Amino acid sequence: MAITREDVLHVAGLARLEIPEGEMDAVREQLGAILEAVGKVAELDLADVEPTSHPLDLVNSWAEDEPRPSLSQKDALLNAPDPSDGSFRVPAVGG
Amino acid sequence: MIDTLRLTAEEAAGLLERGEVSGDELAGAYLGAIEERDAELHAYLHVVGERGAGVPIAYKDVITTKGIPTTAGSRILEGYTPVFDSTVASRCKEARLPVIGKTNLDEFAMGSSTENSAYGPSRNPWDPERVPGGSSGGSAAAVAGGLAPWALGTDTGGSVKQPASLCGVVGLRPTYGTVSRYGIVAFASSLDQVGPITKTVRDNARLYAIVAGKDPCDSTTVELPEPVALPEGEDLTGVRVGVPREMNEAEGIAPGVSESVEAAIRLAEELGADVEETSLPRSVEYGLACYYLVAPAEASSNLARYDGVRYGHRAEGDGDLTALYARTRWEGFGAEPKRRILLGTYALSAGYYEAYYGQAQKVRTVIAQEHAAAFERFDVLVSPTSPTVAFRIGEKAEDPLAMYLSDLLTIPANMAGLPGLSIPCGLSDGLPVGLQLIGPQFSENTLFRVGHALERALDFDYVPERLR
Repeated sequence: MAITREDVLHVAGLARLEIPEGEMDAVREQLGAILEAVGKVAELDLADVEPTSHPLDLVNSWAEDEPRPSLSQKDALLNAPDPSDGSFRVPAVGG
Repeated sequence: MIDTLRLTAEEAAGLLERGEVSGDELAGAYLGAIEERDAELHAYLHVVGERGAGVPIAYKDVITTKGIPTTAGSRILEGYTPVFDSTVASRCKEARLPVIGKTNLDEFAMGSSTENSAYGPSRNPWDPERVPGGSSGGSAAAVAGGLAPWALGTDTGGSVKQPASLCGVVGLRPTYGTVSRYGIVAFASSLDQVGPITKTVRDNARLYAIVAGKDPCDSTTVELPEPVALPEGEDLTGVRVGVPREMNEAEGIAPGVSESVEAAIRLAEELGADVEETSLPRSVEYGLACYYLVAPAEASSNLARYDGVRYGHRAEGDGDLTALYARTRWEGFGAEPKRRILLGTYALSAGYYEAYYGQAQKVRTVIAQEHAAAFERFDVLVSPTSPTVAFRIGEKAEDPLAMYLSDLLTIPANMAGLPGLSIPCGLSDGLPVGLQLIGPQFSENTLFRVGHALERALDFDYVPERLR
């Protein structure tokens, strides 16, 4: 399966990955080779088969809406690269 | 003098109960062994060295531990110190198991050799030129190398069973839903399961009993239908063993591996089992492709959380928030997670979803149905765990597709949510061979019983030859 440079850029954009120009060809080739291998699933005619998203038959489980102790603001910010005034500081959204 | 290479967790618990050694002495013995051998094996990313009353334990570094760094083997989580405990860590804490340390792994549990760790590979205690398997390779190397009496790993496509096989120890991938995933760094949520890695089957059952059971923090968990039974018996009378042709004759299974597994199957027959050939025609042929669509698709979603905002690595430089995300993620992730994120995103993207992800989910149904049909006739299915013994470091590192084949025989049962136990069954060229036992959902007690009887009859010496 040939995957184009545009395909890779599109997918990388969706995945929020900035592929450096120098690595583009290698990424494209590897992705193409893996897609060709996994494309094997298309050999089977499974029009009448139901998909499985989960290995167990589970029903939704509900919890009582009761307040419990949760993370403090201090703990929540403990690992933040750039905490500021009790918040996570980030660059402008949309440059 | 405590021989950590030989001592089982059960024996260690006995020493503690009888007051023959103290918790301090026991934990100290493992720290001494780490000092002696971990520079070579690199099983640990972080040694904690807690002292406590119980048998010490090591955790794969995707298992969140409050106040103890948890990296998932990735640069993107370098320096991250969790502010909460995973449920499995809480349960081990309640059982008073002190933490020895956090073990090495392929980054985000993606790999079969630990070579994808951002912190360098672990080495196989049987031959340090070879990989310990993966992704829970550090946990398997720690147990085989006498650096931990027992350890926890995680298994998505085979990441407990395969390294246990390559290191000559016992590894259980439990039935999906029996062990909580709360606080486990997520890779592929419909497949991830925590499992014990131990020297013996009885140790494995003991650790499984500690961690298994319903957890209100993970709504996919269920109560065990019956309590864990420590295996005792030595015969297999009445046990129906199926030998799936495709899993025992697959291309790429090394002759030495086949010989060892065939001998173990003959032994099962001598112990009273009814052994018969069977078939899983599409599970093996399509399992790998199915897995490498479903798991990356789920990973692409799970790994979206690493954005350089709330924790972990953040890239330097100018630009808006989206640019920060994209640069942080390219810098912070290694090659394999990036490959899988791109693959998974592609498989889920508009125009390709049905052909790739949708079709893979249907293949998953076929695999589950094939196994269910087999379990109408059999109690367990057997095969090699890994097609080969431990391979050389570097041998497959540059060829992702060759590496993916390491999980050829562990993946089908995982796709169906089935439990699997790997026990060592012999040596080939001086390296351990693993036998995989697969059962229907919630059949852990059967797997322990069969594994224990075979273990006794095989009398495999789990201490690596060069360390005896």
